Amino acid sequence: MEQLTQPDYQTKKKIAIREHIVEIASDSGEGAQTAGQIFGIISAKMGNGVWTVELIPAEIEPPPRSRAGVSGNRIRLGEKYMTNAGDLADVVIGFNEQVLYSRIDMQAYRPGTQIFLESKWSMDPDPSIREAYAEAVADFKKRGYEVFEVPMESECLKSVVDARRGKNVWVLGLLSMLYQRDMELIKLEIRNKLAKKGEKVIQTNYELLQSGFDWAMENLDFYYDLPCAKRSEAQVVMNGNQALALGAMAAGIEVCAMYPITPATSVSHHLSASFSKVGGFVHQAEDEIAAMAFAIGASYSGKTAMTVTSGPGLALKTELIGLAVIGELPLVLVNVQRGGPSTGLPTKVEQADLLAALFASPGDAPKIIIAPSTIEECFHFMVTARKLAEDFRMPVFLLSDANLATGVQPFKRPEPDPAWLSPPLDQSDWNREVAPFDWDETTGLSQRPIPGQRDGMYVLTGLAHDRRSRVAYESSINQHASAMRSRKMITLLESLNPPQIYGDPEGDLLVVGWGSTRGAIEEAVDRQRAAGAKVSAIHLRFLAPLEPGLKPIFQRFKKVLTVEINYSDIVDEGPVTQENRRYAQLAMLLRAKTLCDVDCWSRVPGGPLSPAAIENALSQHLKGLGG
Amino acid sequence: MYGLKNDWLYEPSPRAFVLEDYSGAVPRWCPGCGDHAVLTAVQKLCRDEQLKPEETVFVSGIGCSSRFPHYMKTYGFHGLHGRALPIACGVRSRRPDLNVFVSTGDGDCFSIGTAHWIHALRYNMKMVVMIFDNNIYGLTKKQTSPTTAKGKHSNTHPKGTFLSPLNPITVTLGVGNASFVAQTVDWSPPHLYATLKKAFHHPGLSFVRIMQRCPHFTAEVFKPFIEDPTQVLLMTHENGIQVEGAVSRVFSNQIVHDPSDLNQAHNIATNLDHLPIGLFYQNTEAERYDQYTINGLGFSDDQKLAGLQSELNRFSI
Repeated sequence: MEQLTQPDYQTKKKIAIREHIVEIASDSGEGAQTAGQIFGIISAKMGNGVWTVELIPAEIEPPPRSRAGVSGNRIRLGEKYMTNAGDLADVVIGFNEQVLYSRIDMQAYRPGTQIFLESKWSMDPDPSIREAYAEAVADFKKRGYEVFEVPMESECLKSVVDARRGKNVWVLGLLSMLYQRDMELIKLEIRNKLAKKGEKVIQTNYELLQSGFDWAMENLDFYYDLPCAKRSEAQVVMNGNQALALGAMAAGIEVCAMYPITPATSVSHHLSASFSKVGGFVHQAEDEIAAMAFAIGASYSGKTAMTVTSGPGLALKTELIGLAVIGELPLVLVNVQRGGPSTGLPTKVEQADLLAALFASPGDAPKIIIAPSTIEECFHFMVTARKLAEDFRMPVFLLSDANLATGVQPFKRPEPDPAWLSPPLDQSDWNREVAPFDWDETTGLSQRPIPGQRDGMYVLTGLAHDRRSRVAYESSINQHASAMRSRKMITLLESLNPPQIYGDPEGDLLVVGWGSTRGAIEEAVDRQRAAGAKVSAIHLRFLAPLEPGLKPIFQRFKKVLTVEINYSDIVDEGPVTQENRRYAQLAMLLRAKTLCDVDCWSRVPGGPLSPAAIENALSQHLKGLGG
Repeated sequence: MYGLKNDWLYEPSPRAFVLEDYSGAVPRWCPGCGDHAVLTAVQKLCRDEQLKPEETVFVSGIGCSSRFPHYMKTYGFHGLHGRALPIACGVRSRRPDLNVFVSTGDGDCFSIGTAHWIHALRYNMKMVVMIFDNNIYGLTKKQTSPTTAKGKHSNTHPKGTFLSPLNPITVTLGVGNASFVAQTVDWSPPHLYATLKKAFHHPGLSFVRIMQRCPHFTAEVFKPFIEDPTQVLLMTHENGIQVEGAVSRVFSNQIVHDPSDLNQAHNIATNLDHLPIGLFYQNTEAERYDQYTINGLGFSDDQKLAGLQSELNRFSI
């Protein structure tokens, strides 16, 4: 790397690292997220493993310098592939001292965490601000953090009039020195981001970048040396919601009907911007119910349709979900979960809609539920979901969450395949002998007539109906039709393989997870196994039907434990006992399905579970198993 | 072609549709129900327009009126209470080749489906929306609907309803992009037919409120209008609903109303002294959302794959 040859680097202390966690924290609107994203992307380009996650306040612009108002990014970068946001931050860039407290509350820092803190507050005209700053710096030091007071604003003002609009690029320069990032790559990224703003703005930002870099060169006597591996394969880097949107395009989905809801909306933002490239259309409906109804109508007319929502929207859609099930309409419902119930934690991480999805309808309403566990899977599962919906003639739910939605990760560039696209609209004549619900008695599967197909005319109804879609006035019809819809779940189940076991196929403790927790769980398992524990893990992608072969797997372990981000009672906390406790959602399902005594460790902190927290839980549960 | 007479050329016989081609299941509405009249008018319209049954879709919600699709031999979608309109919009969105009809009622459209009513009017996608307004919830047995008259005894207001009814016409006229607003009655088949025919040819969403008798629960409501046709106000105009002289003579109480005159439409709809029938308002130039929802229709697989590749390039590292 070019900078390495500079004499400045040679005089500095080189600190070798395998991985690091960097956080950039600011008030809203100061551009910390942009800086974090660029830092993550160029690190990925340079060959590091990267996981970036946004730190998002609930409001667009909360009051400045407020403890809950943190906006920014956490970037975990390392020489190996990164699957989660990790544990405690190594380096923090703080635009003010107050926003760091929300991170301290989340236990994101450790003694030794280096904080590069904007120092202008020490000279603020308002004495209360000066005082708060001084107090915080003293407190940070007491907590064992290493504080570097950095005159970001005054340095930026050498290049721009409004430092609030430039500080982010300046700190990017600082980080570039610290981690020897490729400045040319950063400049390219800045150019891409600011292309529309004109050359003058771009050059100003180059200047800010260099200024930050130079300041660090001058004032820091150390730098980090993180090995970068050469990549052999083409990669893309994006967040989970972008991956879902691109997946929808790859799947040949034609209509996305949605209503804005955090944290799902950005899926439709990406689609709104690019769906036209593949001939698709995004309909922003008047409400969640109408969005679902519109998608159902489009599906009925033979078009591949999806809707995208989050927990509260799922609740509103439930009646129509039942309609899609009984009408056997293919449809993809994406639920980017957030904290619940009610409005809950709108911008925060939770995976607590599993049971709501499973039982999201009165009556018996079987539907397929899948959950991607990585950002790459967000892309590919959209294709899977679309195909399953059509083959099984039923709605397919795809459960993502805010962790995947905002996490950014590089992955192998998908090679689009025509087979991923939906088939063309069938308008050939229908065989009038074939009923609109011509259920195969074994599989429950049937073909559906599409409007436009001659002799296929039928009335789809939400009423219980027979094969000919005639309203069920005889008592036996409903039993049979229910069985046929249920049969499809068995048909799918029989085509699935048992989950792969991460670790040995037998041992003391088996951890079971689903969704976005996979990376953190497997990292925790790795650490425990390195310490000699007999721990393995499985991660379920199919939640309905549940993947086969679970019971035999469970029986080869002394204990089975789910790790989930949804609420469960903690035994011995207050009046909670093994008998009266309420279990986490997957645990409840697995207990019912396998009759095994599945335990659970689950928390709802409004953020992802860290590998360290999971590791700690595993070691607690390993105690008393006798090894 | 040289030397060949036109009538020697092979031409597959065009399909000719008769009324029976549109007859589905035997209606289970009560004897004397106004819905039968609407069914007859609609089947006649389909026959007269020679609509291909396979290219025609009837979408409905829940209620007596929403059984309608079962009694047609076309494609049909008997959906959920209040949701006929967004489902129909979804059907319409990518299928400009289909004829879309909606049958809904005063409870379905003006109560549980209110949000969709307003927004479907605004979307103005081409479809015929028939509201069977019998002033009551019939299928669930005599509960107050938004159009139930004040003081009417129902099972939910046994001592009489408290409030005056909602006026669906003024509400509809108030939605900026409403483009076809008509009112007719089930007991005048010629007027009903003429209204539906005009609605079918309207380029956009046509809103047709059909005053419909419920022999069980609101038999008395429309009786005065039937017994004394002068209580009905017939709107006439060369751009309005055209009816033959006999009908025009029955409804002798008439007003010339130009359907482009929104203000007068409001005035007529607001005056509750008479029951106005005819075309309140029509604007054939109103914005249509279905001209946008078809964007990208017919992309080839190659185009889709190319589009996806270019999108992946944006995220490439």
